[in-house]
Amino acid sequence: MSDDDFEDIDLEALPDDELVKQMHDDLYDGLAAEITAGTNILLSRDWSASRVLDEALVEGMRIVGIDFRDGILFVPEVLLSANAMKAGMEILRPLLAATGAEPVGKVVIGTVKGDIHDIGKNLVAMMLEGAGFEVFDLGINTDAEKYLAALELHQPDILGLSALLTTTMPYMKVVIDTLKAKGLRDKYIVLVGGAPLNEEFGTAIGADAYCRDAAVASEMAKALVLERRARRHA
Amino acid sequence: MPVATPESPTADRLSRRILIIACAALTRELRAVVGQMPEEIAASFDIKYLPAPLHNRPERIPDAVEQLLSENIDRYARVVVAYADCGTGGLLDTVLGRYGVDRLPGAHCYEFFAGSAVFSALHEAELGTFFLTDYLCRHFDSLVIGSLGIDRHPELRDQYFNNYVRVVLLSQSDDPEIIEAGRAAARRLGLAFEHRHVGMAPFTAAIDTLVGAH
Repeated sequence: MSDDDFEDIDLEALPDDELVKQMHDDLYDGLAAEITAGTNILLSRDWSASRVLDEALVEGMRIVGIDFRDGILFVPEVLLSANAMKAGMEILRPLLAATGAEPVGKVVIGTVKGDIHDIGKNLVAMMLEGAGFEVFDLGINTDAEKYLAALELHQPDILGLSALLTTTMPYMKVVIDTLKAKGLRDKYIVLVGGAPLNEEFGTAIGADAYCRDAAVASEMAKALVLERRARRHA
Repeated sequence: MPVATPESPTADRLSRRILIIACAALTRELRAVVGQMPEEIAASFDIKYLPAPLHNRPERIPDAVEQLLSENIDRYARVVVAYADCGTGGLLDTVLGRYGVDRLPGAHCYEFFAGSAVFSALHEAELGTFFLTDYLCRHFDSLVIGSLGIDRHPELRDQYFNNYVRVVLLSQSDDPEIIEAGRAAARRLGLAFEHRHVGMAPFTAAIDTLVGAH
């Protein structure tokens, strides 16, 4: 099928429900310009920024996440989808900030020492932001001291540790052990993730949860923060 | 050792042999190493290869290796695995542990091709090092550019390689075409190029240790 066979869709002409479905398709196809347009149209129809985020962008990325997990989509497609979501987020971020709504929670996240890979970590950070978290991203090659300084500064609910290499994933344990040694371990929910990790490893190093992908990380973060708050208020 | 019966000549023949389960990315080098062994030893090996593109979904390597292990472990005198950890995060070792089977050392093929000390020094000197081997140079377009989608979406290149500084080719052969392919790969990724000829000695030693371990 050639490009000519595709009919241009007039996003403006679509009713809300069809436009949202179209945005899910456009996110799936990684079409940033269409997501920008769709986001602006929904806002012009008096949708709140948080509703656009939840129903159009986050839901669309949830579908992308499922198909990535099932081996239908691969890393390049997910990256394009993430870039499209980022385009929508750029529009929504100031609007969300202007509402003054309290974030769901705070997260400090970074790729561990010795590791420069940040694609997965960036994706998780974006999904967490989409889920309503305030995210402090420490970048790559982050040592325990830098994590500790950020925890002290931002007082987050969650510490997220990412690694892509078999050789760097053990450093996650160094960070967790440092927290334990300083009596800080129970103060934070520690989530770990990265391609070579697994559930067993997460448990062995003393993390609260292993997150196999960005969608799981965002769901897990919300669930654990709510659970912790419920425990505190019980 | 099972007793040979007239009904099972194949089973008896295999029961005296060693099976190497290997990544197809090692085909050329493994063939060269085995080819250098004394004929009677070389003739005792069977090699079964798993597809090289499994490296793009390393979580699938343990299952693929286990499939071959379960089919062959009782048929051979010994089975060994020519993989490093290869991004499986220890899951390959969990499988191998269940079968009592050894593998090549290290985290990645770069490590057993270069030797651990050389690899570690290169990695520590510059974390942003993208390593190539002869195989990766030969198949750079399909295994790197194609599988990362850079051919279809060139804009993704910088997202993948933004934190990298250099390409280091750890060459096994001294083929000028390989070196040129490595240089071209670095250019395509927008990175500096360095070449370290590591030859076949580290890999040969790793295979010798693997097949002679018991």
